[in-house]
Amino acid sequence: MSTLSLTGVSRWYGNVVAVNDISMALGPGVTGLLGPNGAGKTTLLHMMAGFLAPSRGTVTLDDEPTWRNPDVYRRLGLVSEREAVQGFLTAYEFVLASAKLHRLADPAAAARRAIDLVELESAQDRRIGTYSKGMRQRARVAAALVHDPQVLLLDEPFNGMDPRQRLHMMQLLHTLGDAGRTILFSSHILEEVEQVSGTVQVMVAGRLAASGDFRTIRRLMTNRPHVFAVRSTDDRALAVALIAEPSVSGVELDPTGLTVRAGDYGAFTRALPRIALKQGIRVRQLVPSDESLESVFSYLVEA
Amino acid sequence: MSTVTWITARGLFGRRRFLLLLPLPLVLLGLAVLCRSLGVDPGEWGPPVLVGLGLAVVLPVVALIIGTGVLGAEIDDGTVVHILTKPLPRWQIVLPKLAVAAGVTAVTVAVPLYVAGVLADSVRLGLALAVAAALGALAYSALFLALSLVTRRPVLLGLVYVLIWEGLLGNFVSGTKVLSIQQYVIALADRIAPTGLLETTVSVPVASVMTALVSIGFTVLAVDRLRSFSVAGETS
Repeated sequence: MSTLSLTGVSRWYGNVVAVNDISMALGPGVTGLLGPNGAGKTTLLHMMAGFLAPSRGTVTLDDEPTWRNPDVYRRLGLVSEREAVQGFLTAYEFVLASAKLHRLADPAAAARRAIDLVELESAQDRRIGTYSKGMRQRARVAAALVHDPQVLLLDEPFNGMDPRQRLHMMQLLHTLGDAGRTILFSSHILEEVEQVSGTVQVMVAGRLAASGDFRTIRRLMTNRPHVFAVRSTDDRALAVALIAEPSVSGVELDPTGLTVRAGDYGAFTRALPRIALKQGIRVRQLVPSDESLESVFSYLVEA
Repeated sequence: MSTVTWITARGLFGRRRFLLLLPLPLVLLGLAVLCRSLGVDPGEWGPPVLVGLGLAVVLPVVALIIGTGVLGAEIDDGTVVHILTKPLPRWQIVLPKLAVAAGVTAVTVAVPLYVAGVLADSVRLGLALAVAAALGALAYSALFLALSLVTRRPVLLGLVYVLIWEGLLGNFVSGTKVLSIQQYVIALADRIAPTGLLETTVSVPVASVMTALVSIGFTVLAVDRLRSFSVAGETS
């Protein structure tokens, strides 16, 4: 069991503050680090992994600093965002090299175990250069897991993965988390976190905006007001019918169509077809118009 | 062979950049063979080919390509993270890489220089050039390896050092020769095999001490810089 602690950590580049006074303690289990692009997630991860000195504050793994201390890598693994692998190596060679660099007692067995864990045996003797993005990612995870670290940091591990690979990776992270490992992954896509059960840290503009149980945050996410643009054969009649619907909190009528504000995403999207059918109105268009990540995150921050 | 050595060697020979190494030594070899077969007086072709091309261009440029490649290429494409996330003291990363760089440079340069030296004068001159070039390879490699950790543009800065400092300023401002690896190599080769072909103003003791200082100093610098190596945040 290892704990990664951050105390008052800030990092700035010249005048730009990338990470602003963040304190957190990460224990066993899976934690998601969420935030829009440019929120400072990668900078924070790099400081956790000892690849960047905090401008202020301390980052420690079991009371040892991670900066300028290569010994922490006995207990820490990192999967960086950059898709950098030696393409001329096969996955097995690549993972084996990692095992050897860790001076493991039986590098070959450790390499096979790690490759087994990410289910890459069938392709382990092909050059990594020939892999798909998801396979390459798994090869990198295998290399980071080869020494069975207590703490695993992953920067945007789901980028470029298809839903099946994503699910598989998520299951792998959970297996590791349930086994007492401390797992932290970053993501800028809220939906990715839907499959996570654990704690979530939300970062916006360099600050820790929210942290806590994933279910609480998820409820906030699903209950946030949604804005839809609707066009139909009879906008005015539809507006009248919609305003009677409890899930709708406001309707605006303009020449191009309706702007509907709904308090509950699920209830509204289920109610709309029923209402339209009953009124004999044909819905021509239904577009969620306020789904930008920044708006969702800023809503979370306000809540 | 250590794993770092193995990865470094595979990375070096696995990249196309490596092919850049071949033409220069071949030109050196070709010119020497040509001059010899045409019966040109070694006093005429020796200095320009051995020193002007061999020691002033082939050695530093080959060392530059390899020295900035062993670690710089990994920094450029991000694969350096794999080696850095290991519980290895940083000197165990720098030394194997330096050994590969110096070794490959020495072999690539010393062989054609040896042949050219034999053709120009004697086996002794050939050996002297080879040995001096190998020592020079170590000093240049340490310099360029450290450079790849100090700056994002190691090749450019290395070229400026080789072409402007050693190549150009050395001809006009003789004082700069004291800080020129090229002059150390010439002095050392001339000490091992005194001929009229090699000339320098730098004394042998200065050359020996400075070669050692450059090699050790830049290696220590590289180890220290790697210890506090920062990975810049990617903007995606």
